[in-house]
Amino acid sequence: MSRIKHEFVEKHLGWLSVLMILAVSIGGIVQITPLLFQSQVQEPIDGLEPYTALELEGRDIYMREGCVQCHSQMIRPFRAETERYGHYSLAGEHVWEFPFLWGSKRTGPDLARVGGRYSDEWHHVHLMNPRNVVPESNMPAFPWLDENKLTGEDTAKKMQVMKQLGVPYTEEDIAGAREAVQGKTEMEALIAYLQSLGTALSQADK
Amino acid sequence: MSSFWSAWIIVLTLGTLVVLIWLLRWNMKNYTHIEEGQEMDHEFDGIVEINNPLPKWWTYLFWACFVWGFLYLALYPGLGNFQGLLGWKSSNQDVQSLEESRQAMEQAKEQGLIVEYDRAVRDAEEKYGPIFEAFAEQSIPELAKNEDALDVGQRLYLQNCAQCHGSNAMGGPGFPNLTDDAWLYGGAPEDIKHTLLNGRQGNMPAFGEQFSDKEITELANYVASLSGRGVDPKLAEAGKQNYAVCAACHGQDGKGNQQLGAPNLTDNVWLYGGSINKIEETLHYGRNGVMPAWKDILGEDKIHVVSAYIYSLSND
Repeated sequence: MSRIKHEFVEKHLGWLSVLMILAVSIGGIVQITPLLFQSQVQEPIDGLEPYTALELEGRDIYMREGCVQCHSQMIRPFRAETERYGHYSLAGEHVWEFPFLWGSKRTGPDLARVGGRYSDEWHHVHLMNPRNVVPESNMPAFPWLDENKLTGEDTAKKMQVMKQLGVPYTEEDIAGAREAVQGKTEMEALIAYLQSLGTALSQADK
Repeated sequence: MSSFWSAWIIVLTLGTLVVLIWLLRWNMKNYTHIEEGQEMDHEFDGIVEINNPLPKWWTYLFWACFVWGFLYLALYPGLGNFQGLLGWKSSNQDVQSLEESRQAMEQAKEQGLIVEYDRAVRDAEEKYGPIFEAFAEQSIPELAKNEDALDVGQRLYLQNCAQCHGSNAMGGPGFPNLTDDAWLYGGAPEDIKHTLLNGRQGNMPAFGEQFSDKEITELANYVASLSGRGVDPKLAEAGKQNYAVCAACHGQDGKGNQQLGAPNLTDNVWLYGGSINKIEETLHYGRNGVMPAWKDILGEDKIHVVSAYIYSLSND
């Protein structure tokens, strides 16, 4: 009887596939599915603000230039990390991130709380050529960001999509989006985005 | 976590383990009724299958894994809302603010829960806290002579300050040199510490609208002449007419004003470059030097030690 069962699974590829998929997905069903319904990954932390139009454009440039390949945005709860980067990342800080940019590799430092750590001027010099301020750096230079200007054509649409995904943008935010970014350089947008990173947590504390 | 999702995790986790145990037992029984080492009646092209089960010690490893799994689930948080018999967790993740984070730290301590991250922080505080406390009791000039404090200060400097001011603290265009005697906001120990704690916001206004290019060139020549540099005397003389605007911050004598962070124009130290071109650029577009505030990032005790390190650089 039992022998027939085993043979059945081995000789019916459809059933074999179904059982294999079930076997490999059980971990995800147990670990991931409940998380999707937890309040701690749905509720923003106190004082979290959606990205401004300019910051949102900067975030797109961050993605376009592949910053996430070398910079994580996830401070793990180890003292060695919090000493260097600040309080460990909280789920509630990332509820409006679509897609999230946690990254998985740190050729450069973590950027989860880089906001306010350096001046705008420093970011500008550093992005033009990192060696100008950090001689040992192996980060590429991004000088074209200073030349490319934003038109703001798609900014409102991007914000609308974010709103559909649950980011609380107001009609006013969306209406003023184009004007807010038009004529600004990509450099300004990226710096605005970087300066916003991780600041909500400490600002709400004051 | 709601009890539904807690139950979901518990039922699926334990259910999976039970199914696996059943699967293992089922596979370890000999259903063939053929003894180990004997042929199994299969033959393909002269190749026969022999009943050759897994070695026993190998199957014991499977059982050991189950024991490990059940022990782990009993001791550590793995089954939904069950916190585990040890009361251990890695960190307080369900917090919404720094205030709640601190509260959770206290609460876990009172309840006797072991929070791995909190424990690491507490251990470090016990170990390093007294060192920083002892440093905090000394004045900055005293600390600047304390080799141990300077070692610590240098590490902190390299980690947090070197990105702008350079690992040799000599700065660069737009980022002040910390090893010389020129101080935008004052080089007294308390001034340095104030700068580190609260940051500084410089503001040199742009005069590109107010003055013509010619006037800016004249003014640049006059400004350069203040530090005794050779300039075209005619241009400098013409520039003097408009210097009154600059005097509001930099002073009639050009010695600057540390209350405002207005640089001394007579010492031939140039934050943004001292060529006529660079001075013109500064006049035309203005400058906005920003020193970030480090109070929230490093805390006062560490800043005290970094202040001593920076103070030591120009006060040997």
